Amino acid sequence: MNQLHSGQAANLLEVRGLTKVFGSLKACDNVDLAIAKGEIHALLGENGAGKSTLVKMLFGSLEPAAGEILWKGEPVRIASPGQARALGIGMVFQHFSLFEALTAAENIALSLAGNTPIAEIAQKAKALSESYGLPLDPFAHVGDLSVGERQRIEIIRCLLQQPELIILDEPTSVLTPQEADRLFLTLERLRDEGKSILYISHRLEEVKRLCDRATVLRHGKVVGHCDPRRETAASLARLMVGNEVTQVVRETAPSAGKRETLLEVRGLSRKPSGPFSATLRDISLNVHAGEVIGIAGVAGNGQGEFFEAVSGEALQDNPGAVRIRNTDAGRLNITARRLLGAAFVPEERLGHGAAPAMKLSENLLLSRFRTDAKAFLGRAGIIRGGILAAASARIVKEMDVRKSAEDPEASALSGGNLQKFIIGRELDRRPAVMVVNQPTWGVDAGAAARIRQALIDLARSGSAVLVISQDLDELFELSDAIAVMHDGRLSTPMPIAEATYEKIGLLMGGASPDTHAPHEEVA
Amino acid sequence: MRIELVRRPQRSALFSAVSPLIALVLTLVAGALLFALLGKNPGEALYYYFIDPLRETWSLHELAIKATPLILIAVGLSICYQSNNWNIGAEGQFVIGAIVGSILPVMFPEFQNWLVLPLMMLMGMAGGAAYAAIPAYLKARFNTNEILTSLMLVYVAQLFLDWLVRGPWRNPAGFNFPETRRFHEYAVLPEIWAASGRAHWGFIFALVAAILLWFMLSRTLAGFEVKVMGQSPRAGRFAGFSSARMVFFAFLVSGALAGLAGVSEVSGAIGQLRPTISPGYGFTAIIVAFLGRLNPLGIVAAGLVLALTYLGGEAAQISIGVSDKVIRAFQGLILFFVLACDTLILYRIRFIGRKAPASSEASHGHA
Repeated sequence: MNQLHSGQAANLLEVRGLTKVFGSLKACDNVDLAIAKGEIHALLGENGAGKSTLVKMLFGSLEPAAGEILWKGEPVRIASPGQARALGIGMVFQHFSLFEALTAAENIALSLAGNTPIAEIAQKAKALSESYGLPLDPFAHVGDLSVGERQRIEIIRCLLQQPELIILDEPTSVLTPQEADRLFLTLERLRDEGKSILYISHRLEEVKRLCDRATVLRHGKVVGHCDPRRETAASLARLMVGNEVTQVVRETAPSAGKRETLLEVRGLSRKPSGPFSATLRDISLNVHAGEVIGIAGVAGNGQGEFFEAVSGEALQDNPGAVRIRNTDAGRLNITARRLLGAAFVPEERLGHGAAPAMKLSENLLLSRFRTDAKAFLGRAGIIRGGILAAASARIVKEMDVRKSAEDPEASALSGGNLQKFIIGRELDRRPAVMVVNQPTWGVDAGAAARIRQALIDLARSGSAVLVISQDLDELFELSDAIAVMHDGRLSTPMPIAEATYEKIGLLMGGASPDTHAPHEEVA
Repeated sequence: MRIELVRRPQRSALFSAVSPLIALVLTLVAGALLFALLGKNPGEALYYYFIDPLRETWSLHELAIKATPLILIAVGLSICYQSNNWNIGAEGQFVIGAIVGSILPVMFPEFQNWLVLPLMMLMGMAGGAAYAAIPAYLKARFNTNEILTSLMLVYVAQLFLDWLVRGPWRNPAGFNFPETRRFHEYAVLPEIWAASGRAHWGFIFALVAAILLWFMLSRTLAGFEVKVMGQSPRAGRFAGFSSARMVFFAFLVSGALAGLAGVSEVSGAIGQLRPTISPGYGFTAIIVAFLGRLNPLGIVAAGLVLALTYLGGEAAQISIGVSDKVIRAFQGLILFFVLACDTLILYRIRFIGRKAPASSEASHGHA
């Protein structure tokens, strides 16, 4: 590709000095970016680096405070997503904006101007989806579709508007490795047809594989343009993070044979609690002292429901369905399960793991008011603020939580720092059983490494750790064995020595566990 | 020029404290305008509304009497609203509390000793709590919208009282007036300081309730539970708190306090049951609760301010001849401005000038 200074005409989109300020934070600071016609351009950066802000300005959802946007060499002001679409900019969001109760075709119709009949839209969508190798049933209800299929709707919807520039925000974060491969083929074909793609990601390997050029953002500023194919994953990571990321150290777990089973799940089934929640089907799993078991799977296959069932936010009918340290816990609520020595970290930080408008010390009380009642509560339930603040400060120090005030509200912390605090809150108890859902979702690399190391250390000190994650890299880094959840079923855990991305990916896509996982003795 | 709201990184402590005061000033300005449009002298009208009632000891006692039910009800509502339970039916719980608390002096007038008054208070609280338990049960069991059920039950309670005092409970020696017999001396809440005015012990109850609930909300696990369940119910469930239990707790506490307010009002201020025993205290208390920032101590101050609008309304009616409906308009204005000014706690206002002269003008105005 002839890039860089090949003249203005070749640049489809050019951005000069774009700045956006939120309060005292410069989310984007004097950003320059040029996207040539017919290239896949990567926008790299950690969470909070300003990628989403930049893209929202390009798509007209946010108005820049300063700077200019040139479209085919002409300065333009993009005031709304509608205007962006009219110019020829399409976007596929990370968090899908689809109505679950409507069909794929109806969802597409909602975003199109005019009164095209649904049948015509469905036909066009079907034709387009076939020609790009993205099979899609336009009359399927979105609620019944997998995340990968939902993403296809978003992509088809975007393509129907015949954009010249397509923006994709973290498209592979919800896909299996095989689904991601198929997406890459589609994107390469679009590029070959002369369309430009702005590809936002923090996954270095796929950027190296797919993209022609990359722009790296850190703290809202452009820190470099490069050709990702000539870089190594390590050099890209250094650009993104600003320094070397510490590697997680994991010694091999002692053999599980003689070790005590601390968490036992036996024949756990659960009916869906709402129209769009998953069913759990006969899940069995043992987690022994000293080991980390990982649960992989594409989002929405029952991980959330499984976490609720294990944590006791949802109770089981059969007391033996969940056993914690050899005690039947199926009919015990979350508080009683905590008293048995278990600790839980849910996926959602704000509003589930922590109350956003409450201080850190109050959020410490949230999960520990009963297990540590002697320390934190006086007579008649009077809260001992001093002791709570001291314990909170201890956790902050232990986990290196960065904060702006002495005892800030949870929502004032960045995602990574809040997650460090929430994990630290549970580790501080030295729990015998730790169940974590998405431990590092949206957490920057440095904090993620620290969290993973803490989980491994906890297991090596004799606790049982269960990690549910969509991030395969993370599971391979952490786990002694990986099981896969698909459609509410859980495969037998595969020892890490035998697991490969391909095997796990096949299971995530729903291949039968019998044919691909002949390792029955693990548990 | 346009005005933009910019989100603050953190809640502003300054505006948390100042916004009710700004709201009061804006209410006075709007009130002055209102009187000017009615053809009255705004200065004089505001004087009768807000200054005149504070000039004499006896009228300070009247202020305490009016503030008593407002504070009692509003501190109970603060628990409800902080836990995200929208009890709009305190007026009904007030009425039922008054009725149940009046059973002894009305139906058993011969039972006269020092036990009567404490029993009346307890029965009033039990009545209000039981009546509040209806919307609580419907919400916890069937997920019914408590705003509708609690509000509709107000009218049931009011009509039930109306029927009682016109029918079975009518004073046999009362010349067919729709009212019960007057309470005997053991059934009347004594005055705090009889030499100077009528204020009764209900005001002390209100202060004690405010302090107790303030302590509970700010210092105990129970208060923590209330706040967590209100702010993020999912986090509350993760903590192991039960939302159904919280619904009952909030409704029973606020119902009991509204019931206590009701029985205190009939026993202390009125001395009998009549078809109407409240000028809308249960609804005005909603304004009091928000003006007091849902903080029981703030509610004491807010209760006194709203009580002043009742007294001032009466005074203004007599001295300058404006309708007593103006009271309601004033109370509505206060609530409106309080809610509007709360925006300042989370947002900063920024004036953006399109043209240079316009922006310089704006900066003059706000220097």
